[in-house]
Amino acid sequence: MKRIKTLTTKNLKDTVKKGGCGECQTSVGQTCENA
Amino acid sequence: MIHLFKNNGYNIVLDVNSSSVHVVDDVVYDVLGEMKEDDADKYREEELHRIASIVSGKYPSEELTNEDFREIFDDIRELEENGTLFTDEQYLVADDCGSCSGEDESGCESQGGPKSMEKMVIDFKKRQTVVKALCLHIAHACNLKCEYCFAGEGEYHGDRALMSLEVGKKALDFLVANSGNRHNLEVDFFGGEPLLNFDVVKELVKYGRELEKTHDKHFRFTLTTNGVLIDDDVIAFANKEMDNVVLSVDGRKSIHDKMRPFRDGSGSYDKIIDKFKKVADSRNQERYYVRGTFTHYNTDFVKDVLSLADEGFKQISVEPVVADPAEPYAITEDDIPVICEGYDELAREMLAREKEGKGFTFFHYMIDLTGGPCVYKRLSGCGSGTEYLAVTPWGDLYPCHQFVGEEQFCLGNVNEGIKNTELVDKFKLCNVYAKPECRDCFAKFFCSGGCAANAYHSHGDINQPYEIGCKLQRKRVECALMLQAARADIEE
Repeated sequence: MKRIKTLTTKNLKDTVKKGGCGECQTSVGQTCENA
Repeated sequence: MIHLFKNNGYNIVLDVNSSSVHVVDDVVYDVLGEMKEDDADKYREEELHRIASIVSGKYPSEELTNEDFREIFDDIRELEENGTLFTDEQYLVADDCGSCSGEDESGCESQGGPKSMEKMVIDFKKRQTVVKALCLHIAHACNLKCEYCFAGEGEYHGDRALMSLEVGKKALDFLVANSGNRHNLEVDFFGGEPLLNFDVVKELVKYGRELEKTHDKHFRFTLTTNGVLIDDDVIAFANKEMDNVVLSVDGRKSIHDKMRPFRDGSGSYDKIIDKFKKVADSRNQERYYVRGTFTHYNTDFVKDVLSLADEGFKQISVEPVVADPAEPYAITEDDIPVICEGYDELAREMLAREKEGKGFTFFHYMIDLTGGPCVYKRLSGCGSGTEYLAVTPWGDLYPCHQFVGEEQFCLGNVNEGIKNTELVDKFKLCNVYAKPECRDCFAKFFCSGGCAANAYHSHGDINQPYEIGCKLQRKRVECALMLQAARADIEE
């Protein structure tokens, strides 16, 4: 049996360069319009 | 920074700064609990032996060897090297957290100390903000007399008033003019009870659709209603024009009628519940919420959530009241353990119902682990006072609906625009890093530092989080992550 299972597929740090478009809906824990 | 917790048989590890979530077995959970996160040489042999001697004794039947622990260490190190465990804070900007003058960098406590000062990506002070959402107080009047209403029977401690079409149009013009290159804009029809001014709502939507064509914008309209005046015309209009409809109902009839009576004291539940069912079904059980408030009187709020689910609603939010502690219905510190047990019970019940094909959505348990918002959004939160403003029936602008009626928070008006730029700057700097209490909180990227209005109303300071709200939020995040773990299990 695997001892560790990771549920997340994206890393918040990666959004530093890709994020910030501001098109998302006013809220946080929200689907990114850009994505 | 990691957060380890157990819930409903799951061992969960949240890596706070990457927002990565791992489900681990008991041995790994205990190993992580023993590891010293800040130790640069945490994987050395000596440390492996120390942890192995502690953890192996807890699981004699597994007959764990040093080789087993070496494999566990390797797996953990791989996660760290992949940037999904023990990740550093990387989102800070020197001087701009808003909690000091910025003259002495070495003394800036709220940015995490000197180590973090070299890592800078977001500048809250210099960032350009545009307005992208308005909460239109279409009516400062209400046909109910809810005991816990922060708006004081819908009138916001002022005069009864309905927004005129002229003021409403100026508000939409203000929004378009101040929205920069944002395409998606939002307008909430709020009150009081907005259906007391339904004709103006309809005209403003029509005007908004015209503005969309002339300015290349897209409006998301929402309507929040107590339901008393809902009829077939309202339902047809809402289904055509409203991206979201919020239907106020507290759960069980006895609870609802106690807190949400008509002005003559009679209960309102029987007048609204069938209308709400009709709205929900007419929207295919999507793009709406039944939204209730629980108080000190019903800390067994899970019964209210399940009552709504049993009535057939699929999109449910039942939320703790935020009130002056002197009010008899205010949530107290003593209520917190009971409420937290309730959140656990609710999560387990939701899973049981999902397995039976009778699942429902609970607003506070919604977490998107595959997409979710960017770090800019998570740090700055709802954007009250900068991106999101409330408009009174007279056209005055406030940071959000919960500040309306408090004159010192008036930012300007729809005719002259923002006048109080100093206050806007204060809200611009209101972020996770401006709040020392948030710095070491595992939930900071899920709550964005909490609600500015709740902070102000509990401490007189928008940067001083409301502690009861924080404790409940942390519990909800844990339950929400557990649900994700359980659903992943079921999918396998």
